[in-house]
Amino acid sequence: MGPLSSRLFALESHRNWQISFSIGAILILLVPFLNLAVPSDSWLHISDFWVNTLGKFLCFAMLALALDLIWGYAGILSLGHGAFFGLGGYAMGMYLMRQIGDRSVYGNPELPDFMVFLNWTELPWFWQGFDMFWFALLMAMLVPGALAFVLGWLAFRSRITGVYFSIISQAMVFAMMLAFFRNEMGFGGNNGLTDFKDLLGFDLSEPEVRVALYVISAIMLGLVYLICRFVTTSKLGNILVAVRDAETRVRFLGYSVARAKLFVFTLSAILAGIAGALYVPQVGIINPGEFSPAKSIEIAIWVAVGGRGTLYGAIAGAFAVNGAKSLLTGIAPEIWLFFLGALFILVTVFMPRGLVGLVRQWRERRRTIPSPETSHAR
Amino acid sequence: MPVEPRSTPDMSPKTLLYVSGVSVSFDGFKALNSLSLIIEPGEMRAIIGPNGAGKTTMMDVITGKTRPDEGEVLFDDAIDLTELHETEIANLGIGRKFQKPTVFESLSVFDNLRLALKSDRRIFATLFARLTSEQRDRIHQTLEAIHLSARQEELAGALSHGQKQWLEIGMLLMQNPQLMLLDEPVAGMTDAETEQTVTLLKRIAGERSVIVVEHDMAFVRNLDCRVTVLDEGQTIAEGSMDAVQSDPRVIEVYLGR
Repeated sequence: MGPLSSRLFALESHRNWQISFSIGAILILLVPFLNLAVPSDSWLHISDFWVNTLGKFLCFAMLALALDLIWGYAGILSLGHGAFFGLGGYAMGMYLMRQIGDRSVYGNPELPDFMVFLNWTELPWFWQGFDMFWFALLMAMLVPGALAFVLGWLAFRSRITGVYFSIISQAMVFAMMLAFFRNEMGFGGNNGLTDFKDLLGFDLSEPEVRVALYVISAIMLGLVYLICRFVTTSKLGNILVAVRDAETRVRFLGYSVARAKLFVFTLSAILAGIAGALYVPQVGIINPGEFSPAKSIEIAIWVAVGGRGTLYGAIAGAFAVNGAKSLLTGIAPEIWLFFLGALFILVTVFMPRGLVGLVRQWRERRRTIPSPETSHAR
Repeated sequence: MPVEPRSTPDMSPKTLLYVSGVSVSFDGFKALNSLSLIIEPGEMRAIIGPNGAGKTTMMDVITGKTRPDEGEVLFDDAIDLTELHETEIANLGIGRKFQKPTVFESLSVFDNLRLALKSDRRIFATLFARLTSEQRDRIHQTLEAIHLSARQEELAGALSHGQKQWLEIGMLLMQNPQLMLLDEPVAGMTDAETEQTVTLLKRIAGERSVIVVEHDMAFVRNLDCRVTVLDEGQTIAEGSMDAVQSDPRVIEVYLGR
């Protein structure tokens, strides 16, 4: 344990730890304080709506981290990461459905409403066990992990890379959307799972419970960041970057490229599943819309906007794009998709390293004496 | 240069690499035509020949990238290389440097060497791997040998073409191979760099066998080793540089057409 904990502290420089702790303290302490303790007529008050929105953003940031881990480091662009996020969400949703019990519209203590509506008489086998919270949490990680393992094993073993892998992952998420839309699948079809009441006995409509969920999301984001950071700063992290740059060369060095990819892809799916499981109780619904190909592409846009291969860039990108989305869809919802498309093109053409690259460029320019040659070379 | 003592010098085999009657054809074109080659432990061998003579295909066969249609390829007198995968062959102790230097451009020079270091290749081992001081010393020794000590923290992408070639040779050395295959190691180097490379390779050979494929005749002459001339997938001459250069078949191949 000794060497491991010392490596954990060495993950970041002293200054970066200070920055991370400051941001963490603001997110974890200040936001709940301004929401719960400051009277709602004060200009400092943060509304329940914004706490909830920030909580969602934290989950998106976790999802972006999961994608950056494979795309930014190993060069695997998954356009189907919504599948893992959604599966994690469904696992949590199934637990929340079972918690409703006889408080549902049809009042069946055992079966969720949509099953009663379909004239089902007993719980399908794959719904067993989801009345236990620990089991649902385990499934929220295991099911996405297992799907990623199988997909990755088939793809990486056959050396499917680049755009071909992206297309396959997109096809996978699309197939899942179609499957989950069907009522017979047993996941509530079109409507998905909703009308949740409580989690571990805590009423989900209470502001304090929402704040607690928000705080847990913030802590989990920190944990997921540290896990990603641990992987990317390890020798395995170097191998992943090497795979991105020159895959064949890595093979000649005697490393198994397929296994390295399989490991990081599975890990990424598990992290995405955790994000989904935290997301669902905060939004109160999970439906097949999470599996729409457009949503999965949006995740890639968050990471591209923030800047690939830095981890904190992915967090920044998730917050920036979703923040813009919240504001813009409030003002003029019909232009949001045009804005998103334009944003993607602008980022690809003018800032290939995303927001992170832009900040770095700006800092370098301030540090060095402005000379046109050096600034163009970068 | 780190010298690993040969485990049992008396028992060491007479031939490290034994290639016999190897043929490879692509769509009817015979890239290798019953090629034979024997490399002894510690030997340096230069292989020359016009374009399309089969030099790269020969390397592909030895490293397992291409399977021969027929013929034998034995390593250490006993191991049949035609049965093994690229990764397995690499782990046996056969290192290869490609024509185009492929170092990992987004990693530092140091990390490039660290990845090449002979060590546990399994995924979880790499996740928790830490450098021992012994390993660190080995990396620094290699950095010294390839003249890149001063630039170890820089990204490999920032190196000059010649320096990338050295880094790649250094990466091969880190794997401590018994046999090194170098495809055009001085391509794109300045005269001074070429000269330093000759010194470097001469130091390397002796501890291990080295096969160099090169077009630069002055460089091959400076290596001062046995030369094999290939043409149309066959060995047409073998011997010292002087002997080979006065061979009428070699003269015909290089000047006749």
